[in-house]
Amino acid sequence: MLVLALDTATPTLVVGLARWTDGGPAEVLAERAVASGNRHAELLAPTVRAVLAAGGAAMADLGAVVTGLGPGPYTGLRVGVVTAAALADARGIPVVGVCSLDAIGDGARTVATDARRKEVYWARYGADGARVAGPAVDRPADLTPTPPVVGDAAFAERLGVAVTAAEVTAAGLLRAAAPQLADPSSVAALVPLYLRRPDAVPPPQRKSVTQP
Amino acid sequence: MPADQPLVLGFETSCDETGIGLVRGQTLLSDALATSMAEHERFGGVVPEIASRAHLEAMVPTVHRAFAEAGVQASDVDAIAVTSGPGLTGALLVGVAAAKAYALALDVPLYGVNHLAAHVAVDELEHGRLAEPTIAMLVSGGHSSLLLVPDLTQDVQPLGQTIDDAAGEAFDKVARVLGLPFPGGPPIDRAARDGDPASIPFPRGLTGPRDAPYDFSFSGLKTAVARWVEARERAGEPVPVADVAAAFQEAVVDVLTAKAVRACRDNGVDHLVIGGGVAANSRLRALAAERCAAAGIVLRTPSPRLCTDNGAMVAALGSRLVEAGIAPSAADLGADSALPIDVVSR
Ligand SMILES: [Zn+2]
Repeated sequence: MLVLALDTATPTLVVGLARWTDGGPAEVLAERAVASGNRHAELLAPTVRAVLAAGGAAMADLGAVVTGLGPGPYTGLRVGVVTAAALADARGIPVVGVCSLDAIGDGARTVATDARRKEVYWARYGADGARVAGPAVDRPADLTPTPPVVGDAAFAERLGVAVTAAEVTAAGLLRAAAPQLADPSSVAALVPLYLRRPDAVPPPQRKSVTQP
Repeated sequence: MPADQPLVLGFETSCDETGIGLVRGQTLLSDALATSMAEHERFGGVVPEIASRAHLEAMVPTVHRAFAEAGVQASDVDAIAVTSGPGLTGALLVGVAAAKAYALALDVPLYGVNHLAAHVAVDELEHGRLAEPTIAMLVSGGHSSLLLVPDLTQDVQPLGQTIDDAAGEAFDKVARVLGLPFPGGPPIDRAARDGDPASIPFPRGLTGPRDAPYDFSFSGLKTAVARWVEARERAGEPVPVADVAAAFQEAVVDVLTAKAVRACRDNGVDHLVIGGGVAANSRLRALAAERCAAAGIVLRTPSPRLCTDNGAMVAALGSRLVEAGIAPSAADLGADSALPIDVVSR
């Protein structure tokens, strides 16, 4: 089955086309990583088109779509999630969501990415690659990450530990999605991993306009 | 309904309404809506992040409802249109990304369109082709604009707009002062029916001889209402909610209709379209009808349901663009929260 995988949880948008078979590692046929910053909405659809062309496939050939659900800065994250949902809906195929951090690096590791507001999104993985803690969002000073740490290398100093630069990959997305791809009945609703509540506070009591 | 006319799917997510509409030619087939309004109520205004989360959640189910109501399938769609701006960036992006994905998956052209022009276009679904040029007045919680529209598909000219609050914002703020629920338009409209519009002489903003003839200002009016109510409260007197609502509403619709009629007269245009959420206000509709009749202007107002934000208005504009042979949007279409009104599509 051909699977389209995409992720917009970090400033690098990732799109891959893979041949997936139950039990075996996915074979990535084409992949693009675009440092698109806050231009995910502009660049994602053209990148999907380019990856399909590079892999010699058409939309109609796809059997499933995989998307990262974050955590990641919300505005960009939603672009990927809604794109995956819409592509899959239009083609009548399943869409599978995975934790984006699961798709960064492999084996025993701590993954840390930029959560803005001087915080990091992080998760820890055991030797078999399974997530044992997180995803969560915290201030670097409040964490003592277990090495090796991979992800956003800009946080090395604040985390007080070496961070090997690593990004979401199509292979990582496919690996994280394998259980759900193998058992479509297990596919969960596509809900982004926001980890924070919306910033919104009810307004105070009505202010007087005539008295300060 | 001629099947040879294009079937256009429209996406609207510029504020708190997830609107998905389907039109064939200028015929409305469906208009599915999901709103996050209730979630914003306790904040007294739309919270962008809450709206964006709700758009994502509602997107696919609302698309399904639109197709089910129209009795057509995704594979029947000939073109897709989406509000590309103006509006809340995070909210717009959910609609733009979804529309781009459906267009890619269905292999149909995509038109990123201007939300304000779509408010004008929606009237064609009920009242047929617009006379062009027409004057359009768009009044809502997010915008208050007077436009000259020589050609809805490519020539929309701004005449004036609010210099502070949008008309709908003034309704929201005054409702709050009066202890009425959010959004403020409908409860003020209801309360005003039992009030005397002439009971309190609230100010008419920007109506002096040297003021910009087509610009609006509602901030001073809002403050005047708050001052008046507070003075009553401090004096220990009851606040006549119906009278305040009626007098405030009259001040707003007096200015709106006077300026709209003047825009028609000054530009030699005898057609006026009113749209946007505030166009659902019953007093605005009545006074506009009265003044247009007196001035020999043909007034067109969509039914209240289509005045507020919806997906059908975007599909209606998309349909006009397809028919006019306007080029679809480039593959790197994005959202522009401040999209200028003279950009009909991009
Ligand atoms: Zn609107």
